[in-house]
Amino acid sequence: MVVTRFKTESGATKKPKAPAVKPVRGAHVAVRGLSHTYRRADGPVLQDLDFEIRQGEVVALLGRSGCGKSTLLHMLAGLSHPSTGEVAINGNEVRGPSPRWVMMFQAPSLYPWMTVAQNAALGLKFARRSREIATRVPDVLELVDLASFAGRNVQDLSGGQQQRVALARSLATSPQMLLLDEPFSALDAFTRRSLQRDVRDIARTLGITMVLVTHDVSEAVLMADRVLVLDANPGRVAHDVAIPLEDAARSTGSEAFQREQARMMQLYTDVAHGDATTPLT
Amino acid sequence: MTAIPDTPAGGFRLPRLGRLRGIANAALGIAALMLLWWLGGLAVANDPDMFAFADFAPAPTLAALQDIVTSGEVWQMSGPSLYRVGYGMGIAAAIGVPVGIAIGRIPFLREITNVPFQFLRMISPLSWMPIAVMAYDTWDGAIVFLIAVAAIWPILFSTAAGVRRIDPSWLKVARNLGANPFHMLFVVILPAIAVDILTGLRLALGVAWVVLVPAEYLGVTSGLGYAINDARDTLDYSRLAAVVVVIGVIGFALDWLCMLAIKKFNWVRDTAH
Ligand SMILES: Nc1ncnc2c1ncn2[C@@H]1O[C@H](COP(=O)(O)OP(=O)(O)O)[C@@H](O)[C@H]1O
Ligand SMILES: [Mg+2]
Repeated sequence: MVVTRFKTESGATKKPKAPAVKPVRGAHVAVRGLSHTYRRADGPVLQDLDFEIRQGEVVALLGRSGCGKSTLLHMLAGLSHPSTGEVAINGNEVRGPSPRWVMMFQAPSLYPWMTVAQNAALGLKFARRSREIATRVPDVLELVDLASFAGRNVQDLSGGQQQRVALARSLATSPQMLLLDEPFSALDAFTRRSLQRDVRDIARTLGITMVLVTHDVSEAVLMADRVLVLDANPGRVAHDVAIPLEDAARSTGSEAFQREQARMMQLYTDVAHGDATTPLT
Repeated sequence: MTAIPDTPAGGFRLPRLGRLRGIANAALGIAALMLLWWLGGLAVANDPDMFAFADFAPAPTLAALQDIVTSGEVWQMSGPSLYRVGYGMGIAAAIGVPVGIAIGRIPFLREITNVPFQFLRMISPLSWMPIAVMAYDTWDGAIVFLIAVAAIWPILFSTAAGVRRIDPSWLKVARNLGANPFHMLFVVILPAIAVDILTGLRLALGVAWVVLVPAEYLGVTSGLGYAINDARDTLDYSRLAAVVVVIGVIGFALDWLCMLAIKKFNWVRDTAH
């Protein structure tokens, strides 16, 4: 299968993207009996988590600040290890970071002495796949709509464009899974919306499994096929909710979206015990 | 330079005017220095006690300068000096940069080296002179050692400070993308601190150039310091002053080269968009 067209928010097809970035087989994730307690902490930050993520699924981990979302994501990435239980990707226990899954953070953390293309090429360079740079980098830059910025210094780009470069950098090595830790929270509303839509589209067309950490209900509903609502102290999966929305309905203006959002907001506030200080958006 | 069509006239002219003004002000500063020198020469010439030193005045000095330049003697004097400074600086950088990176990265090393290094740094490099003379067979070796001892500290401390200012997320992202230690050093750390290293080199060069002349008062028979000593012994004051001018000009030029390099490697944007 070759990627040829992209859907815009209204569902109409945009101009076909010429370069073909081949789809990959998304990662399958299994979390089994996972609990974690930080040293010197009073109680566990995560307790008895059990869930699976299917290949190519987009899953949001939704929960208030401090409930352990980042901790969980780091464990999925193999950047840290749970006190008990395990994370298995494609049937194998995760023992450390791997180029097959990449994490993206709130700050794009680009290297300011490099051009857009050089930044995007880093993963390939580190993986000793420099020969692929010439073809692969233009393709991923095209995918994130930055083809014409290849030679620019990243400091000349807006925050949203920088986050797109970070996305291209993550995609260049053809990972099976993207792990996003509140990657859009530093962006303005308009830029955030277009990135939310594009990142979901890209993950879906490429078949990449995506795990998105967020405390923003509308972001979770816009982007995810499934939302895990996390409880705090200790962190547990309170609700495991499918978002049965067509891509065409994934826009803040659609009625179906608003229904789903209202439903999710209800679950989220219930979990947060109606605490008025909980960030809702 | 070609004007960009949609740039307003003011945006194009202002930088150029600013540049012209900069040049004019620099010329003014040089003129003021020359004037002071000339007035000083006049005062010395009219003072019966100091009359013998009248050759320090601009006119005799510039004549002597012309002599040593046209005869090519200026190269014979400065060649060995530049070699010694380059050698000493090379050693200082070869030690200072790696040690600076290690200290910047490893808190334990930083803590144990802090007091000893600050202590050593405050010792005038010239106080090592007797030791250097005993330790090295050649005068050249001793001079290079003194220059290296003087130059290492600015390089080392500037490098370490640069490493500590590296954005931790650059390292985290690189690790996440699969960088090995070699990549970490050459793709992330060194480009990130290139300007700090060059700033250290610039400061070091300033110190090394200052230490050079007294170090060359040692037994050597070549170099700018020797030329000064020699001119003093032969009471050739105009020549002595001409060598002083040469030392100043070369020092200035080296510093200017460092600044160019810093400009080239500086990735920080001056203006926010
Ligand atoms: N390295 C750590 N050591 C001890 N406690 C930590 C550490 N990292 C996070 N925590 C605590 O664990 C809880 C969950 O943190 P985190 O996973 O960052 O939450 P979230 O991403 O949902 O905001 C917080 O109470 C935080 O203070
Ligand atoms: Mg977090």
